[in-house]
Amino acid sequence: MSQKVLLNAKEVNIILHRLACQLIENHNDFTNTVLIGLQPRGRYMANRLAQMLKEEYKIKNLQLGHLDITFFRDDFRRSDKPLEANTTEINFLVENKKIVFIDDVLYTGRSIRAALTAIQSFGRPNEIELLTLIDRRFSRHLPIQPNYKGRQVDAINEEKVIVHWQEEQGEDAVYLINK
Amino acid sequence: MSELSVNHLLGIKYLNKEDIKLIFETADHFKEVINRPIKKVPSLRDITIANLFFENSTRTKLSFELAEKRLSADVINFSASQSSVKKGETLIDTVNNILSMKVDMVVMRHPNPGASVFLSNHVNASIINAGDGAHEHPTQALLDSYSIRERLGDVKGKKVVIVGDILHSRVALSNIFALKTQGAQVMVCGPKTLIPKYIDKLGVKVETNLRKALNWCDVANMLRVQNERMAVSYFPSTREYTQQYGVNMELLNSLDKDITIMHPGPINRGVEITSDVADSDQAIILDQVQNGVAIRMAVIYLLASKIKQ
Repeated sequence: MSQKVLLNAKEVNIILHRLACQLIENHNDFTNTVLIGLQPRGRYMANRLAQMLKEEYKIKNLQLGHLDITFFRDDFRRSDKPLEANTTEINFLVENKKIVFIDDVLYTGRSIRAALTAIQSFGRPNEIELLTLIDRRFSRHLPIQPNYKGRQVDAINEEKVIVHWQEEQGEDAVYLINK
Repeated sequence: MSELSVNHLLGIKYLNKEDIKLIFETADHFKEVINRPIKKVPSLRDITIANLFFENSTRTKLSFELAEKRLSADVINFSASQSSVKKGETLIDTVNNILSMKVDMVVMRHPNPGASVFLSNHVNASIINAGDGAHEHPTQALLDSYSIRERLGDVKGKKVVIVGDILHSRVALSNIFALKTQGAQVMVCGPKTLIPKYIDKLGVKVETNLRKALNWCDVANMLRVQNERMAVSYFPSTREYTQQYGVNMELLNSLDKDITIMHPGPINRGVEITSDVADSDQAIILDQVQNGVAIRMAVIYLLASKIKQ
């Protein structure tokens, strides 16, 4: 197994700042926009972006939620491992809102497909955008593309892209692992 | 998340502590789901479930059906009173006929103890016991423990008294197993005639004085007197039963502490529990009903995930 650093802490930080600025460019003061981190891995990134927008870019009244998609996945009884559920924390209705889904890695697009169904339980949003730190292009199973992406990565199926977050692993970094 | 150690839910006695923990953690997620504006998830859209009720039920049947529908399963209902069972068909034949219509899971209530265990040995489907005679009612015990956990934070170390007709109660037996497995202390209280001999062998305390029992406990689970299962009289009159084993507000107010009151339903108001107690803040009877749907969703989801394609 070999491991290569795709992004280090400094690069992750620069990218997060760029993504935050791109969000501001499109959503102005976020009055009608909500950020939704996709559980489990998108939560850290959503929290980080929300914190950055509030503290560094002085966005007030930013709404942030976390969506668990376990019960909406299309591989129930098909996956070798039991599906592990996480908490959903969405304390607002998304009716007529603009939503930005936030996840760390976009790979096959199946999680996003599940999230698009899952979010309907909270109302009918006006618009949904997708923001990911890593876009593994050429490996999509569904016609889903990100609106905002940190870095595009060309990786083959045998390779794995792993994102580490300070909050969980004690460092910000992105690794390419060859199994 | 691990898996359940069993392929069927036949009784609490077949579950271990980790199974119960897993069911509760899964139920937490489903409880959040059933409080959403849209309360449905598509997980079980390729699963068909048959609800076979060979005995009357309102709450359990509705609760199971709702749980199944919230998970997007296809549901067929069967009640013995309107079926060919009356024409002399055996249980295995009835169920195999239903299974040949490609049913993946069976939820069954039956008047005979052990009916679900028997069925699980003879048919190829996941079986959930929704009550078998006076034997077990596992989902009720799970939702009771879940409600205690929700109200008091944990089941471990809590003192729970089960009051009333212990002899004919599947709820009592399943609750004893569930509470003991989770480390609670259990007492049963009722007229001597309605307490099975040797029940102390299950590690429960026995008390015939209701006031003493209530003073000891954190939670009192009040059971209904099951007149329909009584061929002979077990106590002189309903009035006398109520005087000795009925809970009223006066009795509760005279205790040193506030205890939590539970009831699996259906309530006989004015017999085992008065209306003011049933409707008070100390009673969590309606929470139990809501938690019932979340618990049943969790059980069905976890068992369905073990059905191979």
